Amino acid sequence: MPVRELTYAEALREALREEMLRDDRVFLMGEDIGVIGGVFKVTQGLYEEFGQERVRDTPISETAIVGAAIGAAIAGMKPVAEIMYMDFLMCAGDQVINHLPKIRYMSGGKLKVPAVIRTQYGLYRYAAAQHSQFYPAFLMNIPGMYVEVPSTPYDAKGLLKSAIRDENPDIFIECAALYRVRGPVPDEDYVIPLGQADVKREGRDVTVFALSYMVHVALSAAQKLGNEGISTEVIDPRTLNPFDKKTLVESVKKTGRLVIIEPDHKTAGVGAEVAAIVAEEAYDYLKAPIVRLAADDIPPPFAPKAYNAFLPNEEKLISSIKKLIKHSK
Amino acid sequence: MTYDLDGLSKELLLDMYYKMMLIRRFEEKVVEMYRAGEIPGIAHGYIGEEGVAVGVCSALRRDDYILSTHRGHGHSLAKGIDPKHLMAELYGKKTGVCKGIGGSMHSTEPEVGVIFSSAIVGGNIPIAVGVALAFKMRREDRVVVSFFGDGATNTGAFHEALNLASVWKLPIVFVCENNFYAISMHVSKSTSAKEIVDRAVSYNMPGVVVDGNDVIAVYNAAAAAVNRARKGEGPTLIEARTYRWLDHGMYYLGKYRPEDEVVMWKQKCPIRTLRDRLLIKGIATEVELNSLDEKVVHEVDEAIRFARESAEPDLDFVKQFVYVR
Repeated sequence: MPVRELTYAEALREALREEMLRDDRVFLMGEDIGVIGGVFKVTQGLYEEFGQERVRDTPISETAIVGAAIGAAIAGMKPVAEIMYMDFLMCAGDQVINHLPKIRYMSGGKLKVPAVIRTQYGLYRYAAAQHSQFYPAFLMNIPGMYVEVPSTPYDAKGLLKSAIRDENPDIFIECAALYRVRGPVPDEDYVIPLGQADVKREGRDVTVFALSYMVHVALSAAQKLGNEGISTEVIDPRTLNPFDKKTLVESVKKTGRLVIIEPDHKTAGVGAEVAAIVAEEAYDYLKAPIVRLAADDIPPPFAPKAYNAFLPNEEKLISSIKKLIKHSK
Repeated sequence: MTYDLDGLSKELLLDMYYKMMLIRRFEEKVVEMYRAGEIPGIAHGYIGEEGVAVGVCSALRRDDYILSTHRGHGHSLAKGIDPKHLMAELYGKKTGVCKGIGGSMHSTEPEVGVIFSSAIVGGNIPIAVGVALAFKMRREDRVVVSFFGDGATNTGAFHEALNLASVWKLPIVFVCENNFYAISMHVSKSTSAKEIVDRAVSYNMPGVVVDGNDVIAVYNAAAAAVNRARKGEGPTLIEARTYRWLDHGMYYLGKYRPEDEVVMWKQKCPIRTLRDRLLIKGIATEVELNSLDEKVVHEVDEAIRFARESAEPDLDFVKQFVYVR
């Protein structure tokens, strides 16, 4: 029997539904998630199935949404709150940074904060600088909360189920450009442990560390490079906290080359951390300098031509890898 | 001034007296030990405001939850945290209420209903709404109290939280301790509303002003609001007007309050007011009240001894509390 295929959005919806059926402490809240099933339709049908108590439409009050999720979590519930765009997450900055990851710690371990904050960043939506931001490194830099960045339907479902079951707070970052991407998702219940990177493609010549949407770009590039005799390994971190250093470092030790492709800004981005880890732990294995392909250090532009050039892409990745191999020790 | 004690039991009245006195002596000791260099970090004193914490917390059940602020010692003691564990926290010791990781501004003891104190002004208010949501969703008849100051009513968090609590009709009481100054800024300069309590109108909830230095009035206002919340009738905003005798923190920040204003408020000491009433009404004797005073001094001394003798956490110890593993 062929493996069932779902879209990324369907896989997320299935994860939410299954966890709501499994545990009556799980409930959803966010802007427009109920009656209309979310502006990206991730929660479609859940309001009809579970009712307004467990699928709660909220006012446009990000601070109250995240704050209420934290409060419900410390009082024994398992809220999954949705922040419509990652840009809006910082409307709740105080709750996200000063409260969500601090409360368990500051209570001396007496409290747990099993809240999941789902959000998405709008890649290729041409929506200007307040509806296009992706700043995972900032969140990865704050100890006390987990950060997930799923790239496939399979990972999206397994990671979301793990995030909900886990008793730590999570910022679960989806990508709007992936919602309609299809992929195999098994029928049976499964979870993906947090903190395990995935080798999305094995290779010998170069490691590509690809973040979120860029996993698909990297896989497509790897396919083409393979036709030219270059064997590319693609590493998807899947979670940024916990961060799986081991899979990354082992891969670089094997290939001796690292190219990072990420849709966030280059300066102090996730790639900067990845490069630093490799420099610390696999320096002697490197046959060439580390290459970082990231979004330009400017706010996302609106005009499509400029926006497309602002992001890294397959063409830039392929030429970088070819150049890297040519100039290796 | 009325001396009607509203039919409150002697037991409750003496307990309120005892708790206010405990907070007073505790805070005096905190100032002393802070200045002696024994208490590190930042601390904010509650002296003068005891009537609010004690009046409100006396109207709560043990399983009701409170959320507190940077100026939270009084709330913690009023809700029943052991002064030894609170003092040890201020000393940064492993035996502290947060194992020495929280310090003066953070206190959690769910057993007695102290769930969390935020040191970000306004920060606890949306979280309190979430706690109330959990109670409501589970059909529990428990109530949440969020304490905050006048300054917090100018944060966005306050407005988002009151709106949501009202829309969802949650079992919560918002208690604004209006001590008239957000650090140095007088409420008349910081706040566009004529009275803080007027803000309740925007959120379609009852607003009640109460003399925060009259513990019985606070108790009665809180009891009514708590009863309302417990019956599922939604939130209330209480504005309790009071005054802090100390500066914002442990240091003198400069002259922003008139001398005669400070003197006037000290004359309205909430503890002396209750003591006088209890004596005049013949509800308690000097001997009874003096013995409570002595008990409190002994407890605070014991708290200091306990805090001093307790061990400090090291880095490896604190690291185990970041995540649930």
